[in-house]
Amino acid sequence: MTQRVFWKQLSDFMGEGRFKVSSVRRGQMIASWLFPLPAVLVVAIMLAYPVGYTVWLSLHDLSPFNLDKPAWIGFENYATLLKDTRFHAALERTIYFTLGALALQVTLGLGMALLFNHDFVGRGIVRTLFLLPMVATPVAMSLIWMLILNPVDGVANWILKTLHLPPQLWLNSGKSVLPTLILIDTWQWSPLVMLMILAGITALPHEPFEAAAIDGASRWQSFRFLMLPMLRPTIMVALMFRSIDCLKTFDIIYGTTQGGPGFASETLNLYIYKTGFDYFRLGYAAAALVVFFTLVLSVSLLLIVLRRRTEAAA
Amino acid sequence: MRSQSQRHKLAIWKRGPFYFALIVLTLFFLFPIIWMVMASFKTQVDNLATPPVVIFEPTLENYREAFIRNPFPRYTWNSFVVAAASTAIGVVVGAPAAFSIARFRQRGLAVVILAARIMPAISYLLPWYILFLRLKIVGTYESLIATHLTVGLPIITWMLIGAFEELPAELEDSTLVDGGSILTVFLRVALPLSAPTIAAASIIAFIFSWNNFLFSIILAGAATRPLPVAVFNFVSYLNINVGGLAAAATVITGIPMLLALLAQRYIVSGLTMGAVKG
Repeated sequence: MTQRVFWKQLSDFMGEGRFKVSSVRRGQMIASWLFPLPAVLVVAIMLAYPVGYTVWLSLHDLSPFNLDKPAWIGFENYATLLKDTRFHAALERTIYFTLGALALQVTLGLGMALLFNHDFVGRGIVRTLFLLPMVATPVAMSLIWMLILNPVDGVANWILKTLHLPPQLWLNSGKSVLPTLILIDTWQWSPLVMLMILAGITALPHEPFEAAAIDGASRWQSFRFLMLPMLRPTIMVALMFRSIDCLKTFDIIYGTTQGGPGFASETLNLYIYKTGFDYFRLGYAAAALVVFFTLVLSVSLLLIVLRRRTEAAA
Repeated sequence: MRSQSQRHKLAIWKRGPFYFALIVLTLFFLFPIIWMVMASFKTQVDNLATPPVVIFEPTLENYREAFIRNPFPRYTWNSFVVAAASTAIGVVVGAPAAFSIARFRQRGLAVVILAARIMPAISYLLPWYILFLRLKIVGTYESLIATHLTVGLPIITWMLIGAFEELPAELEDSTLVDGGSILTVFLRVALPLSAPTIAAASIIAFIFSWNNFLFSIILAGAATRPLPVAVFNFVSYLNINVGGLAAAATVITGIPMLLALLAQRYIVSGLTMGAVKG
């Protein structure tokens, strides 16, 4: 009897099963615990514990010199962060990079999706080729971009010269380095946005468009007042994934500039990396990390809520 | 399903600008890859020439530089070991979890695994680094495989949740009615029917482990160094042997690009944790 109550509670805890509890056999209840157990262990050991440890560490002073004896210092690391201008600048750059990349990638992605929605010879092949930038090893591609964008003998400036445009310093000037990194990120990821929106367009129903055409709507009108609102959930998903990953961008920045010239491309991720692994201020880096992942988690939560709303409205 | 109503045939007068835009965009997105492959077959003289050389006599010298005079075969092996092992463990751990999440509606667990995809990777790396220093396993394959597992596991689990949820419930229930256990359902029904998704998820997890730079640059040692770290160091130390770099980069990026072609229908879905069906 107690056993049955136990299984019932267990099943309530694990979520509503597909079967009524009375008919659920023990085997299935055990399975619902055992099947996910290895994954739960991986999450606990490799993910939950490190995050908890980071929060704990952020309240301590720790460097390789006192690795066995972290000193409790309360919120001092956070107080220092508030006054750390390099940290503030990194935060601003992260937001600038993310907003710039998002705007460019979603606009370009939507534009390309509309373009590629037409019938043309080789459509399938071109779509396949557009998968390549997002799977090509980012750090290797960032080195190739460095060659292409080299201000002295890079092919990019040669192309500009041929088009009678002024040459650029690209990654080599504090002014142009972030826009250039946004360009590289856009090269890598706007094909994904394009393919996501294209999948969204393919899934749209025909009828509203046929009705609009019969009522004499122009192509612009049927795009602006039909397709765009119907695509909003898809665009929200694209925004969500891109903003999460833009905030975290590391490979293409470290691969090209390591945060330079000076600190001109030092985003939060780079700043924390250097604080932790170059300067070994582990406790201080942990405090910056807590701020960083709180930012990323809040942005994703916000977008998940917004996405729910657009889906409810659509 | 193709929705013909939204896909238009172009009026003749629009075709010119259309194909122009198409060609410019395609060139922009393929240019760095084409340029890389070309540079890998050029001599150093051709690579440094201005204006850039497009027609040239190809050489294999750069591949010799990278793979005979530098230990790139070793780095390739390291990348392969770490990516293959972390992906295999990811499937073994992720598939039963995904099955359980799909069948018993364990949404909480699904969300926690999704959080692993959202959190910045560096927030695990710092504590791992301290922990691994204490355990004295920095630089081992084990440390790399364990950390790369956290890259692949969320992808594999979420793609498989989608696949298992799409399986007809009757098929599973009839196995149960016939006296099979839930384990039989998982091993004999769910896994075989989801084989294409498992293959695609493995390919995508492999690609992301292969491409991972951040974990490897901190945790890899001289003997376990994978390709992304090796190619990064190649530049710093040899100070721009353009062709050698391009040859190494061509091989490194070539493998995930070829793998992606095999799983092309699943890539978008994999990169969006199943939120978009490609």
